[in-house]
Amino acid sequence: MFELLGITPQALYSQLLVGLINGSFYALLSLGLAVIFGMLNIINFTHGAQYMLGAFLAWIGLTQLGPWLGSPDFSLNYWAALIVVPLLVGALGIVIERTMLRHLYKLDHLYGLLLTFGIALIIEGLFRQWHGSSGKSYDIPEVLRGAINLGFMYLPKYRAWVIVASLTVCFATWFVIERTKLGSYLRAGTENPRLVQAFGINVPLMITLTYGFGVALAGFAGVLAAPIFTVSPQMGADLIIVVFAVVVIGGMGSILGSIVTGLALGLVEGLTKVFYPEASAVVVFVIMSIVLLVRPAGLFGREK
Amino acid sequence: MKRKLVSLAVAAALTLAPGALVAQQKGGLKLSDGVVKIGILTDMSGLYADLSGAGSITAAKMAIEDFRAQEKGNVFPIELVYGDHQNKGDVASNKAREWFERDKVDMIGDLVTTSTALAVMPIAKQANRITIVSGAASTLITGKNCTDTNVHYVYDTYALANGTGKAVVKQGGDSWFFLTADYAFGHSLEKDTSDVVKANGGKVLGAVRHPFPGTDFSSFLLKAQSSGAKVIGLANAGTDTTNSIKQAAEFGIMPKQSLAGLLMFLTDIHSLGLKTAQNMYLTEGFYWDFNAETRAWSKRYYDQHKRMPTMVQAGVYSSTMHYLKAVKAAGTDEAKAVMAKMKQTPVNDFFAKNARIRDDGRLVHDFYLLQVKKPEESKYPWDYYHVRQVIPAADAVGPAANSECPLMKK
Repeated sequence: MFELLGITPQALYSQLLVGLINGSFYALLSLGLAVIFGMLNIINFTHGAQYMLGAFLAWIGLTQLGPWLGSPDFSLNYWAALIVVPLLVGALGIVIERTMLRHLYKLDHLYGLLLTFGIALIIEGLFRQWHGSSGKSYDIPEVLRGAINLGFMYLPKYRAWVIVASLTVCFATWFVIERTKLGSYLRAGTENPRLVQAFGINVPLMITLTYGFGVALAGFAGVLAAPIFTVSPQMGADLIIVVFAVVVIGGMGSILGSIVTGLALGLVEGLTKVFYPEASAVVVFVIMSIVLLVRPAGLFGREK
Repeated sequence: MKRKLVSLAVAAALTLAPGALVAQQKGGLKLSDGVVKIGILTDMSGLYADLSGAGSITAAKMAIEDFRAQEKGNVFPIELVYGDHQNKGDVASNKAREWFERDKVDMIGDLVTTSTALAVMPIAKQANRITIVSGAASTLITGKNCTDTNVHYVYDTYALANGTGKAVVKQGGDSWFFLTADYAFGHSLEKDTSDVVKANGGKVLGAVRHPFPGTDFSSFLLKAQSSGAKVIGLANAGTDTTNSIKQAAEFGIMPKQSLAGLLMFLTDIHSLGLKTAQNMYLTEGFYWDFNAETRAWSKRYYDQHKRMPTMVQAGVYSSTMHYLKAVKAAGTDEAKAVMAKMKQTPVNDFFAKNARIRDDGRLVHDFYLLQVKKPEESKYPWDYYHVRQVIPAADAVGPAANSECPLMKK
């Protein structure tokens, strides 16, 4: 069969694995969007910029922070960045939610979309002004350099780490929201905030923290991405459109849907790159159109 | 979605000429609207914004100021406008129409990204205005798609292929696989380099086209890896190239196979860092640190822009100056007359020596085969290249006999 298609099984496996790596980025980013939309009904267009911010803060931590603080030897290494940067990006998200977004909850989705889109443009513009558009390099941490020979391909250790890290975070998020008491408060808070508040739960605080968490996921993905991609102001804008398509295909607001769809679309894209690379940028949108025609609420979404 | 929503126009006037009367006499010149209006249409927000973008606008402003100073203030009114074409042909052509029809722009410069240059050129021809392409690379611009109102000022894929391609084959890199940006520029660069490789006794094993702009190149790199070619030719530019190089290192492609960046700019090397980019060959039409004259101009530019100029930005300065001088010499801003003067007068400045514009619009000037320095060889900021060879103008441009441009067969 492989000979008929003009491709070796080795090539196919390696392309599928690469697809899975991209899929784990899609899953991680669309998960954040799904959490925010599911809980807050906000279409968070700032997500791409927050992802970029994560990557940039990691770069700043590694190369700039020491000189700024007056001790050139100090730097925030990759592992510390994985924890600190999402917290910082999440905190910025909370500031945005507290000062701006919360005024828009009662209005149409479109207002939230426009506001977050505007904020994204401002953040990206500031970084372009500050660092230019050609981007910065972030070195892969020492431990994860090199590759593992899988027989059919050399899998860079760092890429293997990306799959493990993002799947762990995705699963943990799903578990917390769908299977714990805290998660049930969150879901109830979205369905009927007044009733939940009547039980003595601070719903506005919960919503703020949820937004912060969703945004922190984007920051986390940014740190994961920094050693692979050139850290540049437009890195989020390039990715965010695909990620939105993933969310739409999975069903807006569906946690499990966004994870599964993210991974699956990574694989589909990988396959497309094997057989007809020119179409690899379009295939996600073709699938999106078909899904919208057949199941307007998305593969995992519920009709309201 | 994002870019669709971005407002397209950003316009700034350097000087103002009140009134827009047709064919006014200004300083003894016949100007169509009483003012010579220059438009810089470039990438202000995307992956090419560093190598052209705001830096090109700075260069055009400098050219206008210097021209005024040379003429001791006794000049016709000059105005500068600029816009973001987002690397999209349709956005570029809409903007160009608006500029020509409503805003009376006389010349559009920069035009980075081949697809935008090819979109704007025929519109300019129709409106009888001038285009000077400094940013775009395809040989189509002076080939099949040439126009008599266009100049291709800085570089093209033929020059790049002949510089880098030839040098790499001579060093033993005789089997190639291409990683190509899937649009006019990438195709053109791939074709021209393939021709050079074959002509020098090498083989081309295949190519893969990636969507433009791309982010993850690992699938394409794996294909290139399994091809077994000695050299992987990167027929792309900007962050597409830097991402490809970065990810190739990750997948252990080097040192078994080597990479050839077929179009790289000073800003790409600045972004990659010498550690990653060292020893790579590249071809450029200008290098700031080539001689005293280039250094002097580049330092003035640096004072304004805080970065050293790329060949595109230096080209925007030189071409804008050449254009303004031609307007003065022609005594009018009518496109045909100005173009005739531009082609008649050789360019003689820090950018090019005794360079002439051919009938097809190509400025024939020297190129440089460069090699990126090792980190320890770099002595001061932006000291990035060894100049390995000056490629004489005659070898750097495609032979006139093979031209597909009808204007050349007169």
